[in-house]
Amino acid sequence: MADHKPKGISRWLFTTNHKDIGTMYLVFSFIMFLIGGGMAMIIRAELFQPGLQFVDPNFFNQMTTLHGLIMVFGAVMPATVGLANWLIPMMIGAPDMALPRMNNWSFWILPAAFGLLLSSLFMEGGAPNFGWTFYAPLSTTYGPPSTDFFIFGVHLMGISSIMGAINVIVTVFNMRAPGMTLMKMPLFVWTWLITAFLLVMVMPVLAGAVTMMLTDRHFGTSFFDAAGGGDPVLFQHVFWFFGHPEVYIMILPAFGIASAIIPTFARKKLFGYSSMVYATASIAFLSFIVWAHHMFTVGMPVQGELFFMIATMLIAVPTGVKVFNWIATMWQGSITYETPMLYALAFVILFTIGGFSGVMLALTPVDWQYHDTYFVVAHFHYVLFPGAIFGTMAAVYYWLPKWTGRMYDEKLAKWHFWLSIVFVNLTFFPMHFSGLAGMQRRVPDYAIMFSDFNMMSSIGAFGLGLMQLLFAWILIKVCILEKGEKATDRVWEDAEGLEFTHLPSPAPYHSFETPPKID
Amino acid sequence: MSLFRKMALVIAAISVVILSGCSGQEYNMREGVTEISREVYSLHMIAIWVCVAIGIITFGAMFYSMFAHRKSKHPNPAKFSHSTTVEIIWTVIPFIILIALSVPAVSLLIKMEDASDSDLTVMVKGYQWKWEYKYIDGDDNLGNDVSFFSNLDQASRDQSVNAGSGFSGTEITDDNYLLEVDNPLVIPVGQKVRFLVTADDVIHSFWVPDFSVKKDAVPGFINEVWTKVDEPGVYRGVCAELCGKDHGFMPIVVKVLPQEEYDAWYAEKVAAAEAGPDLNERTMSQLMSEGEAAYNKYCSSCHMPNGEGNGPFPSLVGTEMVTGEGSIEEHIDVVLNGVSGTAMQAFGNQLTEAEIAAIITYERNAWGNDTGDKVQPQEIHDIQNGGGE
Amino acid sequence: MSQEQTQNENKVMTKKLFVVVIIMVAFGFAMVPLYDVFCQITGLNGKVTGLAVYEEQEPDTSREIKIQFMTINKGDMPWSFRPVQTEITVNPGKEYEVLFAVKNRTGKKMVGQAIPSFSPNLTAQYFNKTECFCFNQQTLAAGESEEMPMRFFVDKDIPERYDTITLAYTLHNVTPDDEQLQAAK
Repeated sequence: MADHKPKGISRWLFTTNHKDIGTMYLVFSFIMFLIGGGMAMIIRAELFQPGLQFVDPNFFNQMTTLHGLIMVFGAVMPATVGLANWLIPMMIGAPDMALPRMNNWSFWILPAAFGLLLSSLFMEGGAPNFGWTFYAPLSTTYGPPSTDFFIFGVHLMGISSIMGAINVIVTVFNMRAPGMTLMKMPLFVWTWLITAFLLVMVMPVLAGAVTMMLTDRHFGTSFFDAAGGGDPVLFQHVFWFFGHPEVYIMILPAFGIASAIIPTFARKKLFGYSSMVYATASIAFLSFIVWAHHMFTVGMPVQGELFFMIATMLIAVPTGVKVFNWIATMWQGSITYETPMLYALAFVILFTIGGFSGVMLALTPVDWQYHDTYFVVAHFHYVLFPGAIFGTMAAVYYWLPKWTGRMYDEKLAKWHFWLSIVFVNLTFFPMHFSGLAGMQRRVPDYAIMFSDFNMMSSIGAFGLGLMQLLFAWILIKVCILEKGEKATDRVWEDAEGLEFTHLPSPAPYHSFETPPKID
Repeated sequence: MSLFRKMALVIAAISVVILSGCSGQEYNMREGVTEISREVYSLHMIAIWVCVAIGIITFGAMFYSMFAHRKSKHPNPAKFSHSTTVEIIWTVIPFIILIALSVPAVSLLIKMEDASDSDLTVMVKGYQWKWEYKYIDGDDNLGNDVSFFSNLDQASRDQSVNAGSGFSGTEITDDNYLLEVDNPLVIPVGQKVRFLVTADDVIHSFWVPDFSVKKDAVPGFINEVWTKVDEPGVYRGVCAELCGKDHGFMPIVVKVLPQEEYDAWYAEKVAAAEAGPDLNERTMSQLMSEGEAAYNKYCSSCHMPNGEGNGPFPSLVGTEMVTGEGSIEEHIDVVLNGVSGTAMQAFGNQLTEAEIAAIITYERNAWGNDTGDKVQPQEIHDIQNGGGE
Repeated sequence: MSQEQTQNENKVMTKKLFVVVIIMVAFGFAMVPLYDVFCQITGLNGKVTGLAVYEEQEPDTSREIKIQFMTINKGDMPWSFRPVQTEITVNPGKEYEVLFAVKNRTGKKMVGQAIPSFSPNLTAQYFNKTECFCFNQQTLAAGESEEMPMRFFVDKDIPERYDTITLAYTLHNVTPDDEQLQAAK
């Protein structure tokens, strides 16, 4: 079959091609990233100085809630699913994903889900305003009417993620080219396989939690209401049983990306491949038994607090192994610093800083002081922005030439990188200080002793927001204006992996109709 | 070597900016004023230095490699790709460090969770958006009579709203902005005080950083936490769990007094409680001015200072229940007994007769509502104690 | 491997994974009873349901434990509700009775439900109620008042570290909506 593809809108509506679907996921996630980022700009404008200058507290809460939900479910997760769609079939020598029609559905559910969520902004009573963690009873008895749309939206997102995850698992198990044994798969495929298992295990639990919310709100049950024999704390247990693995769902694919990029630009094989696989698996396993570390102040028996503290600290061990392996990969290599490598290195360093604050947060006695302050906000933004999002950006710069056949503008990309580094740290590093000094999360206004650090964070955030427009321009230049020099088939001097060694650039619409030979 | 020059430039620039902020501001956890909070602080500092040490070693190796093993200096990459020995070493060493770090944490946690042998028990109850403190005193079989609400002070409220709009608003300079209340919690110095923390509506969190005390207030359940403060003084905290619109506007102020002063304060409170409610008849203008103050404290965060309501909270301006003919009984009933299933609480259990009478009078005669109705504290008292007795 | 074979295997595997998804949905809901069981074993949120039976036994007079009683009104609950004794000192193994006074101060019939909570929360498993108003809903006519009894004993094997038990009852308004509407009219 030649590169036959239907034209116009129906190509995108009905496509079952993994590359088309991957592109749609990536574009969708970028749009969501800009919307969620716009909300962050509103938040930072309000927090620029003490006092209520721009929005009222209720709208502020809607912004923090939607910012969190959109970034987690709309930007980071679809971005990694998009990368999985594009890359996994090419990396394992498969013609396409195993379940192409389900693939199409799982994408097209997403715009519906987020349309529903965003439409709540225009409803009577406003959008959800109870934080992305939607603790009961603030979200049940006291939630705005739009909460029901939020619940339905979360159901849809969950269905989409579950279908996407099933597709990845089936593809990886059944579609590998002959000779591509599990322990020969690129690490990105491994991390995504483990991510997919996490998704299949925990998204249904989230669906259960929001369903219980729905019946509590409308059908007279009292899962989370003490008056009827329920317990609001139960909600937090159910939510974080989903929520903690969710954290790794967002970060594991980025681990895989770093493990692909660093060896290429260090011109040296990945150090400790099998320990990387085992470390990823143990992180995933541990993520199921640490959820209550988000709830140390909720009033748990001391034995429970001790268990969750120790289990949480153990996660640092496999994570440390990964970081050390990346450094050992660079050791005595022959390193060059193209943009993907810069992003991957920034990922390693800044993610590790987020990991350090994670270890501090695991210590229950001090967590009592950190909990629900900006210290926590700094922590999870360090692992998510320079972690998951820089990881995704590294991947985009790294594989874009393979996808489009053209090199991006290296000079602009370097600007994008260096300015992003300045602004990301300027935004999030001062949050450690304001948190330690006593500023609580999710407030539209604060005491004047926090004003300098907040002003810094706001300036950094505005800069960081602008940088994403530069990123958009770099992508438009390559993808739409079709500017930039032609990429070679190998793209990078020593790139490994079937997509670089066995396929031309741009990768053909249908790749590996006949399985490649793997030695 | 442009890469490394750039990197140095970036690190320098960020450090200069951030450190310039540190000079004039608080940037670290407080040591606090209790034995526990000092131990928490030192555990925090140990954790920071452990992280810094690991960071220096890890990033040091990484930067060295980035510098020394770049292509222009090290054109031929080495071939090794695993070493079991090294991998075991860097699995075991972090493990040992973590265990070492958790040892002091475990003993400290067990100490923090031991609230036995307390000298005084105070119930702390979070509401949207205020705190109630109730002294649980075993010797007093009249019931728990010393209790009061603690609201954000009016000055902070005004400054918050009047800060202007846009980036060039009025600068707020009040050091205790958003950290001041009308009635602070008062406890004695050197005594073990146990807080029983609960909430009325949604989850709140009682946080006083100087005591290293943070406990979630869960509606329907009580949680305990304790402190023993070494130095008299005023200590400020905030609600730490998102609890709705005014989450950022319900601070906690704890006044720690020497024992004699505390005893005097408590005796005064008991005497006031035993004297019974102030049911003196008031003039219209007294009712209106008391009513305005009380309304702004207890009602305005939902019904708004102009009475026009907001979203799900109904307007009181020209509404049937407030201005209608013969509506006064229903109005009193709603304020006293609340409306089940809504955010409207039963204020009969929370406010004094005088406050309720004043609020109702104010609502019926403010913002262009001109019923001329006057409600006296005695009427409220009779309604609450009528029937069945 | 032929294409058809692969497709069959894909179908089988997809089905298996959907079964996993369904199991996990069920697990999500199963967390509710699991949490209840966990709470009942540990007494975590005071949800030790069911009446205990007091068997005649020799009280442990060497130990004294202070029991504090606290009452909390839910914000939308206008009744007055307070313990008649705020505090008593007990010997483990001996049965005691205390009273809670409740009064419906409104002009309409209402239904209340008291929910217990213990602090320290693990003491709930040693606190046995042989009779309690909290096992039932309370219906009070307008202006009606009542003194409700609660009988209990503390287990003799309660660990030494507990010297005080606080028992807090939160009174909720559970008046059915239709009655409320009628009363409002």
